[in-house]
Amino acid sequence: MSRRVALRQIAHARAGDKGNVSNVSLWVNEPGHFPAVKAQVTAERVAEAYRGLLHGDVTRYSLDHLHGLNFVLKEALEGGVNGSLNLDGHGKSFSFILLDIEVNLPD
Amino acid sequence: MAKNQDIFRIGTGAGFSADRLDSAVELVEHGNLDAIVFECVGERTLAFGHRDRMADAKAGYNKLLPQRMRAMLPLIQRHGTCLITNMGVANPAGAAARTAEIARELGLTGLKIAWIEGDDVTPLVTPATDLPEFGGRVKDVGRPLVGANAYIGADSLLSALAEGADVIIAGRIADPSLFLAPLRHAFGWAEDDWPTMGAGTLVGHLMECGTQITGGYFADPGLKDVPNLTFVGMPIAEVTADGGATITKLERAGGCVTAATVKEQMLYEVHDPAAYLTPDVTADFSGVEIGEDGRDRVMVSGAGGRARADLLKVTVAFDGGYLAEGEVSYAGAGAAARARLAGEIVETRMRQVHSRQEPLRTDLIGLNALHGSLDRPDAGSEASRDVRLRAAMRTTDREAAEMLLWEVESLLCDGPAGGGGFRGRIDPSVTTHSAFLPRDAVPTRTEVIVV
Repeated sequence: MSRRVALRQIAHARAGDKGNVSNVSLWVNEPGHFPAVKAQVTAERVAEAYRGLLHGDVTRYSLDHLHGLNFVLKEALEGGVNGSLNLDGHGKSFSFILLDIEVNLPD
Repeated sequence: MAKNQDIFRIGTGAGFSADRLDSAVELVEHGNLDAIVFECVGERTLAFGHRDRMADAKAGYNKLLPQRMRAMLPLIQRHGTCLITNMGVANPAGAAARTAEIARELGLTGLKIAWIEGDDVTPLVTPATDLPEFGGRVKDVGRPLVGANAYIGADSLLSALAEGADVIIAGRIADPSLFLAPLRHAFGWAEDDWPTMGAGTLVGHLMECGTQITGGYFADPGLKDVPNLTFVGMPIAEVTADGGATITKLERAGGCVTAATVKEQMLYEVHDPAAYLTPDVTADFSGVEIGEDGRDRVMVSGAGGRARADLLKVTVAFDGGYLAEGEVSYAGAGAAARARLAGEIVETRMRQVHSRQEPLRTDLIGLNALHGSLDRPDAGSEASRDVRLRAAMRTTDREAAEMLLWEVESLLCDGPAGGGGFRGRIDPSVTTHSAFLPRDAVPTRTEVIVV
């Protein structure tokens, strides 16, 4: 048996920007959840969650000992804060797209 | 070590150009600080600084500098705290002159105000200058050049620190370098002691955004609660000679310092955690240990570093024309459908009646604005009873920008039923691209005024 939860229930995240690149770091609250999150929240899965906004690729870095992942999303900010017509040209709200992703947690 | 045996206490007074002042005042009054850093420059602020300076040779520094200096100068003198800032933006000399004027107005004497010249490399930029990330040269951008600044490093502040300056004002210095420099000076770290440069850079990186490590940019009610966020306090780093640090805040201030706030900030605007590039070092945060040491005290250690890059990054700013935005609201039954119709009308009329071809975007705020481009937008309900149309356009033509606002405002009479609350604004815009210069092409120098 397993249960399905949104990342927002078990993790926290922060988004930052550099030009047209966004990075979103993800940190699980309980270390025991990290293996399941690392196995399921792949770069591909994250690219899918941002489809439409994202026009480049996603690179994932892992900080296993801190139970965190860092996702770097290229061409993700509709040109970046100086070129975008999006109200949120910095992508400050991007962490909440990641936190909507659902994962299965073993009981 | 001016004040604290074996520990250098450094605080943040501003984490961005528009940051609050009361939390900085509180920190200097009660923080027993050796130094306080006001970090106030972004790529956009710098470009606007150049523009201001072109219009008025005395301008081009942070617009809040007078308020900040009026509040801080008496306090830093009384508490023996060194104030380090990049509030000089595009005019450090002008910022220092204004600071000296304020010190005199306040009747202060014996204040040593230093400023750093050399980051402005506009004269070195030519039409042939390569912009590798843009994939072309300056002449290919096709927009007027506004200015160019190199990211200078901690080295540039050392002579001002050695002279015992009370206030040090720079322009485009890398943010973590504002913190690394006083640590280097206090502990005598060698510039090629790369792991220690990495450790000091971690401290600077954690501190440079102010309250983003004490509970700002963090709260999500019910899941991530922050006590007394309204009065969130600025952070303090207690740094030891090995580069390890404890991040904390005043007990009296709001906010919190936890492993979670520190982790989020450690990777803020970081790509590869093992290669964070600054003018001082290639810092490695991948092995950092983060441990809570009592309430609102978090210890960080284990950052590393490798040799710094040979080239300095340069931000080259160009005139970006205008960003025009017009908004109007619809409420009650059918609000979403009426707002959508209004947006279609604006777009059609801008294209057909006014023949404008610039990028134009319409958002339904409350339904699909920030994440509206997602294939599966986290859309609000079509039954929403309070929806705001936003139409936005970028253009180099001022008349076109004004035309967009006119079209949105005309919806009040000519558009769907019940539209109200029109607002419109036109903001000048800049675009920036990166170039690279050899380090020795960017010498810096220190100037001092004593009041």
